[in-house]
Amino acid sequence: MGDHHHGPATGVTRWLFTTNHKDIGTMYLWFSFAMFLLGGFFAMVIRAELFQPGMQLVEPAFFNQMTTLHGLIMVFGAIMPSFVGLANWLIPMMIGAPDMALPRMNNWSFWILPPAFLMLASTLFMEGGAPAFGWTFYAPLSTTYAAPSVTFFIFAIHILGVSSIMGSINIIATVMNMRAPGMTYMKMPLFVWTWLITAFLLVAVMPVLAGAVTMMLMDVHFGTSFFSAAGGGDPVLFQHIFWFFGHPEVYIIILPAFGVVSQIIPAFSRKPLFGYASMVYATASIAFLSFIVWAHHMYTVGMPVAGELFFMYATMLIAVPTGVKVFNWITTMWRGALSFETPMLFCIGFLVLFTLGGFTGLMLSIAPADFQYHDTYFVVAHFHYVMVAGAVFSMTAAVYFWLPKWCGRMYNESMGKAHFWISFIGFNITFFPQHFVGLAGMPRRIPDYALQFADFNMMSSIGAFIYGASQLLFLYNVIATIVAGKRVSDEKVWDGAEGLEWTVATPAPYHTFEEPPLVPKPAGTI
Amino acid sequence: MGRLFSGAALACLAPMAAAQNQVNMSPGVTDIGADIFGLHMLIMWICVVIGVAVFGVMFYSIYAHRKSKGHQASQFHESTKVEVAWTVVPFLILIAMAVPATSTLLEVYDNDEAELDILITGYQWKWKYEYLTDSGEPVSFFSNLATPQEEIYNTQEKGENYLLEVDEPLVIPVDTKVRFLITANDVIHSWWVPEIAVKRDAIPGFINEAWTRVNTVGLYRGQCTELCGAYHGFMPVEVHAVSREDFDAWLAAKRGAAVAQSELAKQTLSVDELMAQGKDIYDRSCIACHGAQGEGGIGNAIAGSPVVMGALPEHLAVVAKGVSGTAMQAFGAQLNDVELAAVLTYQRNAFGNNTGDVVQPGDVTGMKNG
Repeated sequence: MGDHHHGPATGVTRWLFTTNHKDIGTMYLWFSFAMFLLGGFFAMVIRAELFQPGMQLVEPAFFNQMTTLHGLIMVFGAIMPSFVGLANWLIPMMIGAPDMALPRMNNWSFWILPPAFLMLASTLFMEGGAPAFGWTFYAPLSTTYAAPSVTFFIFAIHILGVSSIMGSINIIATVMNMRAPGMTYMKMPLFVWTWLITAFLLVAVMPVLAGAVTMMLMDVHFGTSFFSAAGGGDPVLFQHIFWFFGHPEVYIIILPAFGVVSQIIPAFSRKPLFGYASMVYATASIAFLSFIVWAHHMYTVGMPVAGELFFMYATMLIAVPTGVKVFNWITTMWRGALSFETPMLFCIGFLVLFTLGGFTGLMLSIAPADFQYHDTYFVVAHFHYVMVAGAVFSMTAAVYFWLPKWCGRMYNESMGKAHFWISFIGFNITFFPQHFVGLAGMPRRIPDYALQFADFNMMSSIGAFIYGASQLLFLYNVIATIVAGKRVSDEKVWDGAEGLEWTVATPAPYHTFEEPPLVPKPAGTI
Repeated sequence: MGRLFSGAALACLAPMAAAQNQVNMSPGVTDIGADIFGLHMLIMWICVVIGVAVFGVMFYSIYAHRKSKGHQASQFHESTKVEVAWTVVPFLILIAMAVPATSTLLEVYDNDEAELDILITGYQWKWKYEYLTDSGEPVSFFSNLATPQEEIYNTQEKGENYLLEVDEPLVIPVDTKVRFLITANDVIHSWWVPEIAVKRDAIPGFINEAWTRVNTVGLYRGQCTELCGAYHGFMPVEVHAVSREDFDAWLAAKRGAAVAQSELAKQTLSVDELMAQGKDIYDRSCIACHGAQGEGGIGNAIAGSPVVMGALPEHLAVVAKGVSGTAMQAFGAQLNDVELAAVLTYQRNAFGNNTGDVVQPGDVTGMKNG
């Protein structure tokens, strides 16, 4: 990259002071991968303890710290920043902009993340241990009954929220103001569309989360009783506030993944995306619905039956736009000229497994049935199908797809395919049996379990170790590509790829589109 | 031979309820549980059919439309007709699902006209059951995990009902509409027994309602299903559903025992009686935090403790009122005066403390009343 006439600074200051969207994107991606490994390590501790009935490796209190940090780090440290990294790299290149609209803020929104996670991880070494109340941190377990480290947790959440909001404002400003001439909204690549909608969701709900943790802080330190009935408050209020943030949050995670898949499937089908406009409308509908379904996480708290019915119907409706998306992707493949390079394999894996997660989501939306599913391993299986096979698989697909454009070198295809198959098999061995133990009655977040769940749990743990190990193969493949991969210089890299990012040189120069491009055949449409 | 067969069949069927490697929800032993199970299966099969159709199309495409086979990509990219169809058809399927779901939900919420009310209170980490009846001595008791620590820490072979067994189960009559009023004392818990199809959060300061009508005599097990702290995995629920006659007899016996306990509180007990009962209570309520030898753990050591060796009123205050900001709970509401006297006596004399103090129930009553 350094050979370009406006090359980057050298040494550590390049990374500390950079305002370049590609540098910042790279930092986001590496940071999120580091967090993915850390959160994955915690998952390995969980699965190792659950390998057999009985307490073997850790104490119950520490087990709860592991489940809590695993969730927090995967959601806030791994998945969200990885998609922000992708947005940084790709959005300016996809809309023909020279950089993000607010480059200095971009630097800041990245650099406050590492200290926040350092602080969160450091709670493990504090007296009383790390947060042990689950990633959903329900009061009063997270207030009156929490370890002192909860204050650091609250501070860390605040910083993550600030970072997310700044990142989102930047994306909105960029997409609204910096599109190349001719790049109308309905010509934008779908990845840009999904991120634009995601950014609005983030700006809407991160302050709600900030409000929730601030109320916790007041309850813990300043004698208020927001979440304590003894002082006139209500523990269920916490859940309403949390899930008013939390449900849009899961779409914040999955919408950019939809965007990625909508870029990659057409490329390897050599055919335009089917139903571009309906994809945009479906994404917007999902985003809208995400605001009015939050209490389906709370069917068992004892809501009035009218509330229960409203949230059940609204939740079931989500199946319609989500179904539209799945049908569109499959119709995109239909009568295409398909080839199955690693990014496409991960997208097909996404399509199958995410849809499975969607089916269990539909089952969970049925309130009376949810009384039996709620807080069991069935739910654990469900959200890992949508979060891991949904978000993580599509993120992995994205890395394989754009990596050659980023570094000008091609990854090792056989190793990539091996990574896919090991991940796919490991993932299913881990999470498919969790449907069974959940239906059979195993609650989630328990460090030890009754004997009839033993075989499936052992299977789950073995699958988890396989899936975990496959990520090291991924890491190796990416590093080997960057260091010594076969050089590619073709601008398009993939013969079916469409969009402005494929019109710049490979590897992408440090500065692209200093002059706005002429928008050629619009991506995704005619 | 016939008997042998039916015996074998029974032996096979009986454990099926909580069978090893069970893969599906259980319809359980209530009508509403059967309804929920039916709903679950209906929606699962609808999903399976849709899944087979959708993935069938996808896999056919993967098989037939390969570039490596020389398939040429066509360039179509929209069709209003199909797009409308696959928006409207799923919507109609959803309405078809919503109808039975709504009627089952309304049934779940029909808490009226219960014949028996039971107040369930979640504590870290045990359940308290209180039978709310119009007349007679109130019956209430705590239900603790009965699995010994040795099984949990793998020094002893695990029993069949590992982690699903309690010292004193909830007893309910069959063919009776039983209403549960569910609340909690500290954090949020959730009371769940899959086979009687009741799961409801226990929320401190609020009372939730749920109900069941069990059709079959039997023993049904469940667990707390809301993360409630370190020992969330160790607070099971055990429900014995018995015939009406057995239930009445059981309730009468419990009432008798409660009367006897309050009589006992007025008497002077022997040291041996106090020590024996004290050990029982210690092993049930104190051991998890304070250790089998009073050596401490999550809680302070009992052996040589300045509180235990010190003045009796302070010792009682700690046990009865707990220590706020720590894991030490208030046992005042969980143990009656006889039990408090016994456990205080035990702590003051066991583990080499040997203070020689004997605490009588009357002393506890006196100190409580100031």
